[in-house]
Amino acid sequence: MSDLEDKLYTVKYEPDTVSHLQPVQECCRICKSKICTIICPAKVYEWDERNNKLIVNFENCLECGACRISCESCSLGWEYPRGNKGVTFKQG
Amino acid sequence: MANEENKVDVIVVGGGPAGISCAVTIARAGKQVVLIERGKFSGSKNVFGGAIYAQPTREVFPDFEKSAPIERRTIEHKYAILGDDDATVISYKKKHEDPVSYSVIRGKFDRWMADEASKEGVILVEETVVRELILKDGCVVGVKTELEDYYCDIVVLADGVNSLLAKQIGLRGDLKPHDVALSVKEVIKLSPELINERFHVASDEGCIYEIFGGPMSGMLGLGFMYTNKDSVSIGLGVTLSDLIEKSLRPYDLLDKMKQHPEIAPLIKDGELLEYSAHLIPEGGFKKVPIVFGAGVMVCGDAAMFVNNLHWEGTNLAMISGKLAGETAVIALGKGDFSEHALSRYQEELENSFIIKDLRTYKDLMSGVGERASEFLGYYPRKINSFFEMFTSVDSIPKREKYHTFIKEFFTERKISELFKDVWSVMKLLWSILVK
Repeated sequence: MSDLEDKLYTVKYEPDTVSHLQPVQECCRICKSKICTIICPAKVYEWDERNNKLIVNFENCLECGACRISCESCSLGWEYPRGNKGVTFKQG
Repeated sequence: MANEENKVDVIVVGGGPAGISCAVTIARAGKQVVLIERGKFSGSKNVFGGAIYAQPTREVFPDFEKSAPIERRTIEHKYAILGDDDATVISYKKKHEDPVSYSVIRGKFDRWMADEASKEGVILVEETVVRELILKDGCVVGVKTELEDYYCDIVVLADGVNSLLAKQIGLRGDLKPHDVALSVKEVIKLSPELINERFHVASDEGCIYEIFGGPMSGMLGLGFMYTNKDSVSIGLGVTLSDLIEKSLRPYDLLDKMKQHPEIAPLIKDGELLEYSAHLIPEGGFKKVPIVFGAGVMVCGDAAMFVNNLHWEGTNLAMISGKLAGETAVIALGKGDFSEHALSRYQEELENSFIIKDLRTYKDLMSGVGERASEFLGYYPRKINSFFEMFTSVDSIPKREKYHTFIKEFFTERKISELFKDVWSVMKLLWSILVK
């Protein structure tokens, strides 16, 4: 298990059934930096080389918003998870 | 048509320090106010260093020290400049009779504030996300949540740094990577005895570390460490544009900082309780959005009210919330919710420390940011190398050592760059002290 997985294991989540993060895959395909795969503090985004597609592990999202602001083409659909879903910080 | 059953005087979006302070101010004046929080409870989506400040908190909750969940009262501030394997630490210690700040945990403290506010008449609605503002003839008249629409005379936006709502109605543009810092934090469990021993404090006393250099060297970024009752909060925040430019993962930087010989012994054998991340508004005065419109006001992080140099945010949030609340009460009294009526909030902000301080530091982030590799890289390293030279005993005559140290300034970097540094410092000092 990587260090980040250890860290994320300490976070309490109530995952939603649908993703609150909606990348526009056409934009992701031509995106050079794929910066969301680096910048995200929860490694929500992974580039799937084989299927030429951005994978979104939205269940791990810490809801910081860094991906939205970093997105090169400003195309990432980003909203808050539904009211009773998402992350619950106990030690913020 | 407005549904009268769902209509109240004021709706406050966001149950953090700004929203709670605003809502409780309105409730105390006998007006109906609904506070909408998207998390399971207030504080459950919030992250900060952190410490709250006593005086501004007392302005909203005068007796909070008697019953609020406080961790430790700050008696020491340490400024640590980390080199690769060395560090220079400056400490200011004073046991104030009247404490300046307390470390708190937001999940406990914000929740306590929200509970106090509901005791005073605020209608607290949790687990509810406001998706959109409802406008009528250019005036904000309510909010759309997932379940239903609610109507009111005034909406106060205290929905945090990402404030999608302020963006929706054009009060602010979208944030850019240099306007925010991405912060990651770990709360590490340690016994109170170990904390007292390692940080040289008594059981109710705390210590704050502000950390420069180390893995953040040359970037617009700082680290922090706060002592809680039985845990230590450690984290760092780096301007998002720097992380993007250098393709850095924020948690890698934090891991490196935790391994530094100055830091590692302080958190040794601690158990990770929780990892978290959040954005910090860093844009300062130049990025403050329009904070009022017809039927709407913006406060706290949503209005970019953060004083980066002094690590202040919750106090600006609380006081801006209180000022927005007072303006709402006056507007309700007159029955006038126009842009003109709510412009009083802007005037109050201008007269308060909030806008005055933000204006004082208006050039700070851009000034330091432009020369981050110098001010947050080269010179901090030089401070460490100065002390390394000063404390070394190696039979080399001292004057020779001084000369070598001074010579390095002129050989390591161009003289034109040195002049630029001095010029930047003078410009910054002028902007802070004079204009």
